[in-house]
Order: sequence, then C-alpha cells, then structure tokens
Amino acid sequence: MSIALYRIDDRLIHGQVVVGWGQPLNIGFIVLVDDNVACCDWEQDLYRMGVPPEMEIIFADVPSAVTNHDSYLNDSRRGIVVAPDIDTMRRLVEGVGTIRYVNVGGIHHRAGRTPRLRYVFLTQDEANSLAELSEAGVQVTAQDVPNARQTQVSELLVSKAPEERSA
Amino acid sequence: MTSNEDDSTETKHAPRAIVAGHGSLPEGLVNAVDCISGRGSDFLVISNFGLTGGDIEDRLRAAASEFDVRVFFTDLPAGSATIAVRRMMRTDSNLVLVTGANLSTLLEFVFQSDVDPAEGARTAAEKGRGTLVAFGDAAPKPTPASGDG
Repeated sequence: MSIALYRIDDRLIHGQVVVGWGQPLNIGFIVLVDDNVACCDWEQDLYRMGVPPEMEIIFADVPSAVTNHDSYLNDSRRGIVVAPDIDTMRRLVEGVGTIRYVNVGGIHHRAGRTPRLRYVFLTQDEANSLAELSEAGVQVTAQDVPNARQTQVSELLVSKAPEERSA
Repeated sequence: MTSNEDDSTETKHAPRAIVAGHGSLPEGLVNAVDCISGRGSDFLVISNFGLTGGDIEDRLRAAASEFDVRVFFTDLPAGSATIAVRRMMRTDSNLVLVTGANLSTLLEFVFQSDVDPAEGARTAAEKGRGTLVAFGDAAPKPTPASGDG
C-alpha cells in the first residue's frame, strides 16, 4: 500500500503511534529506524512486546532503511516509519531521495532546547535542520495526533512560551 | 491524596505502588481509588506529560527508589511509561509491572494490603481483567484477543 507517515518521535513506539495513528490508519507495520535499537535485541523485544500481534515492527538502521525503502512502499499493508530525532530522519530522507513529507510528532524538552509547541522543543541547530529539510522540498509539519492541528514548519522555527501540556 | 468522605478519620499509607501513564489518567484513577476506599495514598502518580522516554524512566526510578516501591501500574502496553518500566526491569528482577490497569485493578490492590505488594499486584491484575465486560444484546460477539497497543 504505502507509508502513511514518516514521523520524528523521541519516544519511538508508544501510545500515540500504535493507537493514536495506528488504529485509524489501519497500520500493519511500523519501521523503527534507529541505529541504536537496530543493533540491540533486548531493545527490540521491548518495543515488540507493546504492539498488537497483527502489527509488525521492522527494525532498521539508516543504511538498511534506505536500502529497503522500496520494499516498505511495496508492502501490501500500510505502514509508519518512525525515527527518534531530526538527524536520523534527515539522513533517511537524503538517502531515499523520494520522501516528500515528514511529521514532527514529539521532540520533548531537554537542556538547550526551547519550546515551539507543547510537544516540540528544539535547539537552534535542530530548527535549522528542519528548515533545511523544508527548503529541500520536503513538507515538514508538526502534528502529535491525527485530529490535532497541523503546524507548518515556519511556526516551529520560532521559540515561544510553552503551552500547558504534552501527551 | 485526600478523601471525599470522612477526612477526619483518614489514615495515610506509605506508597506501595506507582501508577503511571498518559495525561491525567493516573491522577484520575488514584483520585477515584481515594474516593472509594480512602487509600489513594497507597499510590504515587506519574504522568508522561511532556517528557521524553528517558525522563519518564528517570522519574519512575527516582520515585521507586525514594519510597522503596517495586510495583508499577500503567495504562497501555505500548505506552511510554510501560516501556520505561520494562527497561527498569532489565536490571531489577524484583519489579512487578501490571499494564492495562483499570480502577478495579487498583482497588483490588489496595485491599491486598496484608500481602506482599508483588503478590497483591498479580492478584489485582487478574481481578481487573475480569471486570471488563460488554453488556447489551447489541454488543458484537468478542473476537479473539488482539492487543490494544
């Protein structure tokens, strides 16, 4: 079918991905692109145990995700690709060359980041990286759950006061 | 945690478990436990609001350590709190996790105060599972279990 979502989410596989997006989009598989998880069997078991049995998780580092991207597109099921950070997604986008849409689903607070949305906090370098992705022709928007407002990348580039809550 | 009922006779209990999960659900569940049993203080509450997976794990570890708690209740099997506790269990085999916890689960747990918390958690999980029932002729016949994520 297709990849329904290319998502940046520092929690990787969690409730919003599996249930919030996974159920309404009838997702059959998730490609978890993370160089660290891809080489750790125990981490993979951790994520595998949380998803329903009818949902497959494919673990990949960036190079193998680039190599296998066509097979994801040709899968008969609908899928989600999730990466933990902007750098990982950017390397995937640049390696594949045909990804035209990236969803910023959750980049939470840590030292050096400033608030952009209640669920998006960025360093200046990260904001610049998103801007460069956008300038390269990739539509970058933020949206944590399917019925939330889609925020354009231009709004993410401006630091603002934090909203109340993040799921 | 306060009770809506007879505050003058309320007895505080040392926390025996942590309830963690999405949004205000942990707080709401424990508030409901308190309204019904006066035993809300059996639980510590941690929400995943605005936290990275690592931050959630740090908070859970800190709370468990401070109060010597080794039982955790979470809401979703695929939730970030569940993942965090599972990660903690990698290095601590004494921890017990009940995921998919509901109000009945927590109520059963607080009334298992005379047993080891780990044993009480296992009993509570069974009781909680048994309270999930669909009533009504229009309710479709159940299909084989298919995890909820």
